[in-house]
Amino acid sequence: MLLTGPNGAGKSTLLRTLAGLRSPDGGEILWNGEDVANDRTSHGARVAWQGHQTALKPGLSLRENLSLHAAGKDPAQALAAFNLTELAELPARMLSAGQKQRGALARVLLGNAPLWLLDEPATGLDHASVALLGNVLAAHRAQGGIVIATTHVPLPLPDVITLDLTPSNTQNLQEDALFFMDEDILP
Amino acid sequence: MNSDLRLLTGIVERDIRLALRHGADTLGSALFFVLTAALFPLALGPSPELLARMAPGVIWVCALLAALLPLDRLFGAELEDGSLDQLMLLGLPPALVALAKMIAHWLTTGLPLLLASIPISIMLGLPSATLPVLLAGLLPGTLVLSLTGGMAASIVLGARRGGVLLPLLVLPLITPALIFGAAAIDAARTGLPWLPDLELLWAFLAGALPLCPLAAGAGLRAATA
Repeated sequence: MLLTGPNGAGKSTLLRTLAGLRSPDGGEILWNGEDVANDRTSHGARVAWQGHQTALKPGLSLRENLSLHAAGKDPAQALAAFNLTELAELPARMLSAGQKQRGALARVLLGNAPLWLLDEPATGLDHASVALLGNVLAAHRAQGGIVIATTHVPLPLPDVITLDLTPSNTQNLQEDALFFMDEDILP
Repeated sequence: MNSDLRLLTGIVERDIRLALRHGADTLGSALFFVLTAALFPLALGPSPELLARMAPGVIWVCALLAALLPLDRLFGAELEDGSLDQLMLLGLPPALVALAKMIAHWLTTGLPLLLASIPISIMLGLPSATLPVLLAGLLPGTLVLSLTGGMAASIVLGARRGGVLLPLLVLPLITPALIFGAAAIDAARTGLPWLPDLELLWAFLAGALPLCPLAAGAGLRAATA
């Protein structure tokens, strides 16, 4: 699902709410019929999050930065998916903005979570990297995973639902709006 | 449970690695401790009796102030670069995230302070027989500081001028530890029983250990919302 809309429309706020980082001002978020607010910690484990910031520590190498999300696995495969293998041992401060963004996306892939929440995943990426991102997203969706992303640039996502958050379009999303997240509802 | 422990040690490991990479920041608080303690003989004069009498208080106060230095970066740096969101979404209860950060704070600040207190106690002329009591008091003392300090750091997280607010929150909370810690060394120096003071310190630690991470976890949740 793609979230679109002008700056300030609430795309990122909606993503944060879906992640359980923030409580909804009204209504509830259901995961397989269960209110997410009941157990935000285990909901957190279902979520792979990529926010505005890459959250990479400049002093640590890419591999060390990702180790917390690797859960003991080798991050090599996730790094390779974003063509970062050669940069894995470099400290993150030496990477370019696009390389850092790819690092953040590799962390999303590494988390092995069913729900991916991506805030402007294509920021700073070149064409080749956007194509890599498209492959990874397609593979995740093929496994039955959910991707909810905000974007201003077209992402290579075939047959995607778009939710336009432009204020004039959201009159019907009132306070009691329910947000269903069920693996078989979303593409 | 197993994965909780793995994530907790993962966070601690990451923080220690970061502390080693930025060695100057890490050594900063230990050096601050040594330097401020070294100022007292210069200001008060070199009288051995006076210095030995002041030493317990000087060591404790300087250690408290030195441990405060890195506190506002403890969660502040995580909030600024978005890492806090990632930590909150690891699937680890926020209280355990906070506990991991507190453990890391103790290992990178409390432990060096503990070691640095040995040369300072010699410099200030504390009788060497009181050294075990000093360390047995500073061990729970620095742990309590990491716990209450971490709690306060998470509460002021995101506040404007949080760095100024932080000592104002921590120092009143930590006064019992200061009183009993300094009293224990003083008792050992003058040959009085020092065990009760230490027991109160450890009791303080036993109370802070479950409560501070819980409060800090709530603070972290509020900061990311």
